Amino acid sequence: MRPGANVTSGLAYEEPLIFELSRPGRVGYSLPASDVPAVDPAEVLGADHVRSDDPVLPELSEVDVVRHFTRLSTWNAAVDLGLYPLGSCTMKYNPRVNEKLARLPGFAGGHPLQPAALSQGFLELMVELENQLAEVSGMDRVSLQPAAGAQGELAGIMMIRAYHEQRGEHRSVVLVPDSAHGTNPASAALNSYDVETIPSGDDGILHPDAVSRAMTPEVAGIMLTNPNTLGLFEEHVARICEIVHAKGGLVYGDGANLNALMGIARPGDLGIDVMHFNLHKTFSTPHGGGGPGSGPVGVKNLLAPFLPVPMVRRLADSEGGGFGLDYEFPHSIGRLHGNFGNVGMFVRAFAYLRSLGPNGLRRCSEMAVLNANYLLARLRDVYHVAYDRPVMHECVLSDRNLEPTGITTMDVAKRLIDYGYHPPTIYFPLIVHGAIMIEPTESESLEGLDRFVETLRAIEREAREEPQLVRDAPHRTPHSRLDETRAARHPVLRWQPD
Amino acid sequence: MSDRDRYIPHTPDEVAHMLETIGAKSIDALFEPIPDELRLDRPLDLPAALSEQELTAELTALAARNANTDSHDWFLGAGTYAHFSPSAVDALIQRGEFLTAYTPYQAEISQGTLQAVFEWQTMMASLTGTEVANASMYDGASATAEAALMAMRLTRRSRVVLSAGLHPHYAEVVKSYLGGLDAVIEVAGLGEDGRSADLAGAIDEQTACLVVQRPNFFGCVEDLAGAAEAAHASGALLVVVVTESLSLALLPPPGALGADIVCGEAQSFGVPMSFGGPHVGFLATDQKRVRQMPGRLAGETVDSHGKRGFVLTLSTREQHIRRERATSNICTNQGLCLLTATIYLSLLGRVGLRRLAELNLAKAEYAKGRIRETPGLGLRYAAPTFNEFVVTVPDSAGRALERALAEGCVGGLDLAPHAPDLGPALLVCTTELASRDAIDRLVGALGAGAP
Repeated sequence: MRPGANVTSGLAYEEPLIFELSRPGRVGYSLPASDVPAVDPAEVLGADHVRSDDPVLPELSEVDVVRHFTRLSTWNAAVDLGLYPLGSCTMKYNPRVNEKLARLPGFAGGHPLQPAALSQGFLELMVELENQLAEVSGMDRVSLQPAAGAQGELAGIMMIRAYHEQRGEHRSVVLVPDSAHGTNPASAALNSYDVETIPSGDDGILHPDAVSRAMTPEVAGIMLTNPNTLGLFEEHVARICEIVHAKGGLVYGDGANLNALMGIARPGDLGIDVMHFNLHKTFSTPHGGGGPGSGPVGVKNLLAPFLPVPMVRRLADSEGGGFGLDYEFPHSIGRLHGNFGNVGMFVRAFAYLRSLGPNGLRRCSEMAVLNANYLLARLRDVYHVAYDRPVMHECVLSDRNLEPTGITTMDVAKRLIDYGYHPPTIYFPLIVHGAIMIEPTESESLEGLDRFVETLRAIEREAREEPQLVRDAPHRTPHSRLDETRAARHPVLRWQPD
Repeated sequence: MSDRDRYIPHTPDEVAHMLETIGAKSIDALFEPIPDELRLDRPLDLPAALSEQELTAELTALAARNANTDSHDWFLGAGTYAHFSPSAVDALIQRGEFLTAYTPYQAEISQGTLQAVFEWQTMMASLTGTEVANASMYDGASATAEAALMAMRLTRRSRVVLSAGLHPHYAEVVKSYLGGLDAVIEVAGLGEDGRSADLAGAIDEQTACLVVQRPNFFGCVEDLAGAAEAAHASGALLVVVVTESLSLALLPPPGALGADIVCGEAQSFGVPMSFGGPHVGFLATDQKRVRQMPGRLAGETVDSHGKRGFVLTLSTREQHIRRERATSNICTNQGLCLLTATIYLSLLGRVGLRRLAELNLAKAEYAKGRIRETPGLGLRYAAPTFNEFVVTVPDSAGRALERALAEGCVGGLDLAPHAPDLGPALLVCTTELASRDAIDRLVGALGAGAP
């Protein structure tokens, strides 16, 4: 195994900041000839209401701009270039047809406030997507409004709070397992809840007695991720839900890891009362360099009165038929988004669901789980596995076996870059020291996985035989390791002219 | 394998080989950790899979049932604006290296995204007249809610005053976000000329911030210097909201007029309307408040050879480090939309953006002139406007909009649900897409209801 097995040396351009490329007088735009009289802004707005300084924007031709951003793009790793095994992020293939369909004028050129009669295709798509997500998850109703998973969590916790308040109860605590995503406690805190951390058992999963001990009348609910962030199925989920429900609490399901379960098990059937979906993970909408995501929230009927508004529904014939907006949720937590949410992502996710159908979705989960277990089987003799049990869609290794070499998880991650891979999620979950969290997804082929395995094994050898090589990685990128401490100590957050 | 598996590479032989390596008898055996009684014992009840050709036909038919900027002349704005976007913008954002990457945690192989974010931060800080803009928020409404939360943290006060000219959906989102906290929200009045009035009277020593939108929901250009004075006199912060970001090219930067936080929506910068999302919220402030700022930030640094590069920074504010003590729960942002806006702003540039803003102003002034001279129509407010304004109609807003539609125009927003006291009135927006001919047709149709 040598670095050339997955990467090759291509063209690597240097590229300054766009402001440094600017040449006064260049233009990259063309405006239509005005068919109305010109006006003097100072006369219309008043001299005090007209901008007198020039904003920091470049002056460039279209060629300059296209080359600039094309060159920048070549500095990114991406799913389209190769395996991007970022655990809990489900970096699966993003079908191109979905991009094309979201750009149809009837979707991309529509306005959120245009009359429902002029939006019937869009409203029907929303209703259909809600129904399909409800079926996949076993929930009763779905609101597509939250713009990302974290906003879906916020919506879910707000509904839990509204539910208790409507019953005249003021509960103050939310339980969160120690393996949870950081957004879970942050979302609870945004709702003024105190967060109580529940320890996982020695086997990496949550045990009913730990929940039982914490489950007081003060507890509004628990936030579960299943499979959890170790990739392990929470086998006691049904019992845990019973315990929480018996004390009047509700169960939130973090849907980040739904890619393991489609057509196999449904959160709603496990006892989950409210959950969010990540359309940008499970349902293949592109991650876009950090978004847009989309985080629909699904609920059981007991929480339906609290859903964000507006909802969308099919109208009865007596109401004129077709599809319309529904604001009749008197206990709604209100609005979380200025409009309907990240609608362009709805179109893509709907296209994905329609492309796969029930069998295709199940096959995605099966192959995702097969891939993760295959990686685990081929790596466990070299890398330490904190909880060595059959996994679902991802597995968590650690750097413990490398301790004598002084090589850490960070070094392994950076060395993987030299071999052409985006590193896995590292140092998360927090309960595994030096965690390396790998989610291959169903998109990866056997030969792709084998190459990745050989690479990780080669890095383990390098750690023993040539540790400095690993410690100084990456060697083949346009930039070597970047100084994060300096960036934080002396923040430079914008370009300024000299 | 079937042609429905086009996104999954595994052949039956490969699956068998992998199962053998794992030591599992079957695919089903992989799911043994899931207790039997928790497994779904039937196929999902979903429609059968479609081929790409069938899928394209189905979604094209759905899309064809929606009015859009190709099918109609467009005068509806109210927070989401119909602008033209150069072809290069969409071509560049479809590069797989931008489209299919994620949050740039691994800086060495994410420099493309990170540098673009740094360029976006620079442009937005400059357009808003502040020192720091973050790497985007979900949308303008949630950015406004986050700005109010930020002001509450900075001042340790719990009262938030919203101008009556704030977009009603933004006000609703602020209420939802603050609903779980010990916060009080009040709404200040609107003056006869369409601008916020009596702001000083609405602010007291408990007020964390005053939130003012410019141009406001009714299109009127607010007096930000006056608002800043009113807020600062009581130690409150001024949050300025911008829903039509193109106005920033023509109106003085809010930061220069005393705004402490500037937030809102940058959809106008080349992002499709797309029924309201994904758009791109922004939040900007000065360096001294950056540690209470929500959201991601890219910062400049050097690599081990001293070469300039960029990283995500100040992340100790964020949920993945700070968990329940984070400044926000935000994780994913609107990355590809901020890239869209950055490319758009790079193409339009310093001169082009200003010229485009002036063209929008000229279209609006032309339309307002035509309305003034049309019997039965009127301009409700006297305050100056940018590209949007309130038109009073002779009969009913609903009938006026129907007449406009018959002329091929989506004619504006019926204000009755948002401002019932106004009488029959429409919020009308004219961007560069509105031709003189279309404006004439619209005005003729709206005025046709006069007795």
